[in-house]
Amino acid sequence: MATWRNNGTASALRSKRTRRLLLLLRPASRFLLPAALVLAAACLLLPAASFAAEPQLAKSSCVDCHSSFPAPTGVTEEQWATDIHAQKGLTCASCHGGDPKDPSPEGAMNKKAGFRGKPKRTEIPEMCAKCHSDGAYMRQYNPSLRTDQFAQYQTSIHGKRLAKGDTKVAVCVDCHSVHGIRPAKDPRSTVNPLNVANTCARCHADAAYMKEYKINTDQFAGYSASVHHEAMVVRGDLSAPTCTTCHGNHGAAPPGVASVENVCSTCHVFQAQLFDTSPHKAAFAAMGTGSCVTCHSNHRIVHPTDKLIGTGNEAVCTNCHAAGDPGFAAAGRIHDDLSRLDEALKRSDQILDKAESSGMEVSQARLEEAQGRDSLIKARVTVHTFQPDKVEQDTQAGMKIADKTYKAGVQALAERDYRRKGLGLALIAIVAVLIGLRMYIRQAESQKGEGGS
Amino acid sequence: MASSPEATPATSPHSNRLVRWLDERFGWEQLLAPLRHKTVPVHKLSYWYFLGGITFFLFTIQVLTGILLLLYYRPSANEAFESVQYIMTQVKFGWLVRSIHSWSANLMIFTAFAHMFSVLFLRAYTKPRELTWLTGMVLLFLVLGFGFSGYLLPWNTLAFFATKVGTEITGQVPIIGKPLLIFLRGGEEVTGATLTRFFGFHVALLPGLATVLIGLHLALIQRLGISVPPGQEAAWKALPPNQREMPFFPNFFVREVMAWYIALGVLGVLAALYPWELGTKADPFVAAPAGIRPEWYFMFMFQTLKFLPAKLGPIDGELLGILGFGVAALIWVLLPFLGGDRNNRRQVFIRGLGVFALAYMLSMTVYGYMAK
Amino acid sequence: MQFLLGGGLLASAVAFLYPVLRYLVPPAATDLGGDSVVAAKVGELKVNSGKIFRFGSRPGLLIRTADGEYRAMSAVCTHLQCTVQYRSDLHEVWCACHNGMYDLNGRNISGPPPRPLQAYDVHINGDDIVVSRRRGA
Repeated sequence: MATWRNNGTASALRSKRTRRLLLLLRPASRFLLPAALVLAAACLLLPAASFAAEPQLAKSSCVDCHSSFPAPTGVTEEQWATDIHAQKGLTCASCHGGDPKDPSPEGAMNKKAGFRGKPKRTEIPEMCAKCHSDGAYMRQYNPSLRTDQFAQYQTSIHGKRLAKGDTKVAVCVDCHSVHGIRPAKDPRSTVNPLNVANTCARCHADAAYMKEYKINTDQFAGYSASVHHEAMVVRGDLSAPTCTTCHGNHGAAPPGVASVENVCSTCHVFQAQLFDTSPHKAAFAAMGTGSCVTCHSNHRIVHPTDKLIGTGNEAVCTNCHAAGDPGFAAAGRIHDDLSRLDEALKRSDQILDKAESSGMEVSQARLEEAQGRDSLIKARVTVHTFQPDKVEQDTQAGMKIADKTYKAGVQALAERDYRRKGLGLALIAIVAVLIGLRMYIRQAESQKGEGGS
Repeated sequence: MASSPEATPATSPHSNRLVRWLDERFGWEQLLAPLRHKTVPVHKLSYWYFLGGITFFLFTIQVLTGILLLLYYRPSANEAFESVQYIMTQVKFGWLVRSIHSWSANLMIFTAFAHMFSVLFLRAYTKPRELTWLTGMVLLFLVLGFGFSGYLLPWNTLAFFATKVGTEITGQVPIIGKPLLIFLRGGEEVTGATLTRFFGFHVALLPGLATVLIGLHLALIQRLGISVPPGQEAAWKALPPNQREMPFFPNFFVREVMAWYIALGVLGVLAALYPWELGTKADPFVAAPAGIRPEWYFMFMFQTLKFLPAKLGPIDGELLGILGFGVAALIWVLLPFLGGDRNNRRQVFIRGLGVFALAYMLSMTVYGYMAK
Repeated sequence: MQFLLGGGLLASAVAFLYPVLRYLVPPAATDLGGDSVVAAKVGELKVNSGKIFRFGSRPGLLIRTADGEYRAMSAVCTHLQCTVQYRSDLHEVWCACHNGMYDLNGRNISGPPPRPLQAYDVHINGDDIVVSRRRGA
């Protein structure tokens, strides 16, 4: 390392070093300046670009004051920004009237400018319908949206009562919310299938609120325990029914006794078809009970097990049938058939498990077992004919399969035992060799008097 | 021991003629002479001498069963699992061959470790046996490589994810980690390419290397003779008449054959009573099953990495663990050079290190299985 | 002693060699049943009919349409895993458990099934109808 000496050599060295440094920098500097320029440009332009990407909310002066008020007159910027109407370019004045450009309260909320203030509840559906029932108008925004909501609403219990002056019933804003309305497809929307039950329950599960109407308020609790709720919320199946699926949304009304089966059979086609051939159809119609609901209930529809049918204490058949009548006997037979097949399949499953855990390969039998389970599922649907012979047809097919797979399991275990016997023989041979070798060692070493441990 | 054919027991005129034929062409007698003179020391720790031979025997079992499996196995992601299933269910005694191969692999890894530790504690690695130790350590790493590569071949879910995690950890090594990961995996991810590559390692590369190293290892042992533990050596030096040894052939060899037969019996019992499971076919798009963990011989490393905190100061915890194991392996390989001669004071320290390592590996393995 | 040793060695040799020799003989069924399987023979299926065959560890459905074309798809219903079947009267694939319907491409068209059936490739290899998994799937 050269020492710094104040003479020609040092300065020459310094400049040489500096020269070398500059040489290194030069290629870098070729890129440095342009890079800096690009970076500066990006910093300036990108935010502008991001602004352009956002939807242009129409400016309303109303939010300037109302964003700082508490509920019910408060509407924050963020809330308004999520509203679908705001995103499409509508302003506060579109519903409330007034002048959205005037920053002063007197000018903005001027009656002469058409300011309506907070609309009366009885006026809300008509107000919304002014746009939403206008096909030509709605086509500008979303041509595939329906425009019959108001007409449907007028046929609903809510609409009819509102017309009579009952302001406790639901109007548009109660379900759709008012200043942060999201489209139904949005999972955060109050009317998205995932949230509908919660929205309806706001009133319909409130016993105090519903007192004067003298209807139950246990529907939400029942639905939450139901298999439909589980399908939607737990398994994420958005096609599972919620309140509006059976009751309608805008034209909400409970289905009449006669039409319950029609409603259920939109999805449960088979069961309805078979039920129509059964003796229960006429019987239930005569009794005036809704067909499906009689056994399965309307809201608390739990997962049906084999215990639901038969003569046991969890069975619903004994609600009408007593010992001695043909229905009682039929119920017993059906239950026994189903249980027998279930047991047979379980037995076969157990033996195949045992074979598998001993290392035997039983995939063919497992495949056939699946078909056996199919028969059981089919039989459980055929139950709706309430005719033991028909159910037996399905269970017999399943029993044959369960028999076959059980035999396969027995065979697998026999093969396992055969292997173990073979192992035993081989071990005997090995032990014989070991003993022989030991004796050989003893003999060889006692003769020679050598080493040996 | 006399070298004339007539004096050796159990010879017939036929074997005499054969021996003479071979001798005239191969110098048979000259080749076998060192073996005839080879002796094995006899003392209360002699039983440990069997471990090396058992490991070698299990290796030959692996080669034989491996060749049999090769007749039916297909090394592509589409067919690997099905071919193993085929071997287990359709091929006559396929279940036996495959289960013996899997069990023998595990037993071999166990005996390899035991052999290494016994050599360590009997102080058989010191001068002049440094190269024997070196070749042995490389063989140990090869054996672990055999285990790692072979485990993937049935292409089931457990193996797939174990390979994923294992190669991922390899990728953490600084500088060479990423290229090494890509080399091992045959790409960025574990795919059919990985399977083909591991197959190549398992049936060609590793066996080739192992054969060469085993040859070296055995040649060195023949050359240098069997070592005697230091305590015993001292005792015999004091009282030479007490020194006992037995001829390798046939006395020690017969005993080794007994040990090998016992190993065969154990393998048979394991294969028939606890057949190796097939698992489910690997699906790269399915999430890893809960509780994924490596095979038992990697468990102590895996558990150590789980213990280390995410960050130790500025350094990534996992990286530290990997480097730590790397350094430990390096020290282990260089032990003969670090310890000096046999009766050096440093050897006691090495024995202590060995005890610690053994205890650590055992306890970490047990802990790994107990902790959930 | 000789007898024990000789006999034992012989017996153990047999115990080792017998399985190896049996192993070397290839089994009758050479089909691995992995990604490609012979589902049926040409001429086995009548026009407008279907057949369930084993594909790996799951059932598959081979259909000969009314036009004589062959189609194949997974036979495991995407609703609750019942085995589907071909309905010659409806020319569709039907699940008997809850009335799910699929078209001849496997697309779910009615009922509870949430997803289509996985479609497979079919080609004729001499006398065999070979069904294989779609490449790149």
